[in-house]
Amino acid sequence: MRHHLILRVITKILAGTIMLFAFYVQFHGDYSPGGGFQAGVILAVAFILYGLVFSVETVQQVMPPWLVHRTMALGLLLYAGTGVFSLLTGYNFLDYTALAPHQPEHGQELGILLVEGGVGITVTAVMLSIYYAFVGRTPVIGDEEW
Amino acid sequence: MAIGLAAVRTRSLFALVMLSGGFSLISAALFVTLDAVDVAFTEAAVGAGVSTVLMLGTLALTSRYERPPVHRPWLPLFVVTVTGAALIYGTLDMPNFGDANAPAMLHVMPEYLAREPHEIGVPNIVTAILASYRGYDTLGETAVVFTAGIGVVALLATLARRRRRRDGEEEES
Repeated sequence: MRHHLILRVITKILAGTIMLFAFYVQFHGDYSPGGGFQAGVILAVAFILYGLVFSVETVQQVMPPWLVHRTMALGLLLYAGTGVFSLLTGYNFLDYTALAPHQPEHGQELGILLVEGGVGITVTAVMLSIYYAFVGRTPVIGDEEW
Repeated sequence: MAIGLAAVRTRSLFALVMLSGGFSLISAALFVTLDAVDVAFTEAAVGAGVSTVLMLGTLALTSRYERPPVHRPWLPLFVVTVTGAALIYGTLDMPNFGDANAPAMLHVMPEYLAREPHEIGVPNIVTAILASYRGYDTLGETAVVFTAGIGVVALLATLARRRRRRDGEEEES
């Protein structure tokens, strides 16, 4: 899509905004609708949009496939790790009181933050790796073919 | 309804993908009307956004037009009609829209609403239930998403890499 000037300029403006919105959804999820799943998808959309308008190779310079595959596992490990941490400190699995034993409410908040973070990371990475897997298989379709 | 009919009629898969994206957006609006903002958010982002892109990616891999059907449509039509009638019959028992005495409002909901502010203290109760009370469920969901990702990577990505490697070897030889 080399000659679509408007698309490229708009994408450059939008990609950053979309990422910012994703982080808002992620970290404001305690107060407003949204959370890890939604934020993860929105963050992945920013990368996918960039990849659609420019090229997959450009995105893969920022997020190489090996990194995406590892972050996919990292998110799940962060989630399960929170649970294992509370298990090791003598509480039930995923009981967030373990994170701040003297202030259970703070522990809950921190626990939700970590867990939602794990969800967000995994969802972003999975969406991106599925996108890579689909797009990486085909030769790029010419503009006139659409 | 109109989108559904159009989706059945059309043979162009590109139009079909666009229609399903539009359908997702409309159902997201429907969820907002039902006060399920979190669900609407997911539907708009996943259904209308990402899955449309992924389906376009699939279209690029396969052909762009559906083959004309070889079977008569009467048996599928009969099955769909029966299922649809059963579903509509099921809705007759459901409580009215916005009914405060609906079973969903009476079972565990009051307990969550009463316990949540002093136990967790997060204003968005959906987040609190999802991440704390139902932490196990959400862990399972994340694991499902992860498994789906691994599956796709194992099936598609390695195939592409293998093909690229094979092409490279052919060029060398």
